[in-house]
Amino acid sequence: MSALIDYTLHLADNTLILGQRNAEWCGHGPVLEQDIAITNISLDLIGQARSFYQYAAELKADGSTEDSLAYLRTEREFKNCLLVEQPNGDWAQTMLRQFLFSCYQFFLYQQLQHHTNTRLAAIAEKSLKEVRYHLRWSSEWIIRLGDGTGESHSRMLTAIDELWRYTGELFIPVTYETETGIDITSLKEAWLNNIKIVFDEATLPVPENVFMQTGGKTGVHTEHLGFILTELQYVQRAYPGSEW
Amino acid sequence: MNFIRKFYYGDIPEDKTGGNIVSKDTKTDWPLWEVFIRSKQGLDHKHAGSLHAADAQMAIENARDVYTRRMEGVSIWVVESKYITASNPEEAGELYEPAVDKIYRHPTFYQLPDEVNHM
Amino acid sequence: MPVQDFEKIFQEKIDNEVKIEPKDWMPDAYRKTNLRQISQHAHSEIVGMLPEGNWIGRAPSLKRKAILLAKVQDEAGHGLYLYSAAETLGMSREEMINDLHSGKAKYSSIFNYPTLTWADIGAIGWLVDGAAIMNQVMLTRTSYGPYARAMVRICKEESFHQRQGFESLLVLSRGTKEQKEMCQDAINRWWWPALMMFGPKDAESTNSDQSMKWKIKRKTNDELRQNFVDMIAEQIKTLGMKLPDDKLKWNEERRHYDFGEINWNEFWQVVKGNGPCNKQRLDARRKAWENGEWVREAAAAHARKRAERQKDKAA
Repeated sequence: MSALIDYTLHLADNTLILGQRNAEWCGHGPVLEQDIAITNISLDLIGQARSFYQYAAELKADGSTEDSLAYLRTEREFKNCLLVEQPNGDWAQTMLRQFLFSCYQFFLYQQLQHHTNTRLAAIAEKSLKEVRYHLRWSSEWIIRLGDGTGESHSRMLTAIDELWRYTGELFIPVTYETETGIDITSLKEAWLNNIKIVFDEATLPVPENVFMQTGGKTGVHTEHLGFILTELQYVQRAYPGSEW
Repeated sequence: MNFIRKFYYGDIPEDKTGGNIVSKDTKTDWPLWEVFIRSKQGLDHKHAGSLHAADAQMAIENARDVYTRRMEGVSIWVVESKYITASNPEEAGELYEPAVDKIYRHPTFYQLPDEVNHM
Repeated sequence: MPVQDFEKIFQEKIDNEVKIEPKDWMPDAYRKTNLRQISQHAHSEIVGMLPEGNWIGRAPSLKRKAILLAKVQDEAGHGLYLYSAAETLGMSREEMINDLHSGKAKYSSIFNYPTLTWADIGAIGWLVDGAAIMNQVMLTRTSYGPYARAMVRICKEESFHQRQGFESLLVLSRGTKEQKEMCQDAINRWWWPALMMFGPKDAESTNSDQSMKWKIKRKTNDELRQNFVDMIAEQIKTLGMKLPDDKLKWNEERRHYDFGEINWNEFWQVVKGNGPCNKQRLDARRKAWENGEWVREAAAAHARKRAERQKDKAA
């Protein structure tokens, strides 16, 4: 039971933190149409997070709510992977983060929708439609930027250099994943193949022999997460026990 | 002649009044696309508005994000605005008025006996 | 045909409630007035994303976060509809944006006030969107076709904005002591700026009113403002809060609420750029645009490359 709760929280935290990051673009996008597009993705992710938190709250059955789980847990309790908490950087970095993660989510949710836990399966099935769109949209941006101008190409290279080190963790199982019966190791090949196809078209290299950072899934984060939570949780913590 | 002295909400005077209406192309300005949406299966696509996009795929996706946020559509067409040729409103007379007196094109022109009048 | 005849036909159309469409003949001043008003309206939507956008990251519950995000995104959409409507008058969006950034084009002054607490988000929804909607409903019947159609779409989508604002304040007004204070404080700070949104008093204009004659605008500033005061003065009773105006009082004879004098000096100072956040808002817009330039360039370059390749394939 505890593994299932932790795993559900992990899924929830992943989507909330990435949703929170993407929402930072709202009002600041490179062009109005793309401002709207990234906000849509952010809304999808926050919606997924709410479904997972609600389920986790039910499982805990201790009076927890979606909001208490999102707003009142600390840095060491958050179980999102390191990739999603990385700063937006420029548009290249945000697109790459989205692409790497959507691609992972795409294969993960495909597996999850057949899981014996019908609640997780149902959320995965519903979310998969959204993820498929995120993946397509971000893939196209990778290709545009990689195969765009000299500047956009070099910005993509910088983004890869910045973010690739956080991709290893996605496929290294932790206890709660194994105990919930999720086989994430098996996703890696399909994930990498898909990345290669898109990178090829974008004339971008797939890095090799990069040292991989880990820890997010067990609550050992980069320094960025603390700042995200500071902003995210401020009102709830300043006025404890209030309805909003 | 100074037309407008009264300042409205949404119409604050500029320091230099009026816009210059000379359009120019730049290399970063994405082309304008017209968006047509089929709101549900079986209906015609209807003009919904326009947007800027670098390519057709992007235009479709933008149209989805911009014009179907509230489940307004099941199918989208986009076409670059420059490919649309519009009729000239000053020729409206010669284009449309000749149809006015061709009332025999309308079914109501024909009086039929009651028993077959639902034809 | 001499210009006078065109003008006569044009005015007849307006008088007969026939909408003016982009390719129709129109007086130059009509084009310019519309262009200025629609682009200012578009800029207002875009700059208006900033004060509320401030609070997306800090929204106090996941539900509120989603609502706020959707609302601010709607404003981006509305800006887009309006830019498109303005473009039909012959100016590109990029040029309009450049005018905004250079300070030549204006936007609604209300967005130069800061959002200091969470309650400000509710107050903006209720008061600022409430004031805007009065104007926008009127504009669905404006004489320029593309503008009127954009407004119809916008009004449809806006209907949830004011409601969510009021509902959010309602929760605060029934909450803890701190929440109630926060709620009243936000109303105190947003009330007068919201009244200023309707513009100067009608009496200050002695000139023939071209915008009314052309049916770009269909109600006067004072009419709209009075409607707004009457509406809000009733709604606030549900909140159990007070409007910060000692002179606010029902006038049985007029069948309207009387209200106090607006600080017009403040109004003109903010219009001139001396509001609390004028600089900050424009800087944020400029920065977004400048940081986006390489992105727009890259996408355009890629589209060209792809088109070339397709041509080569076809050849």
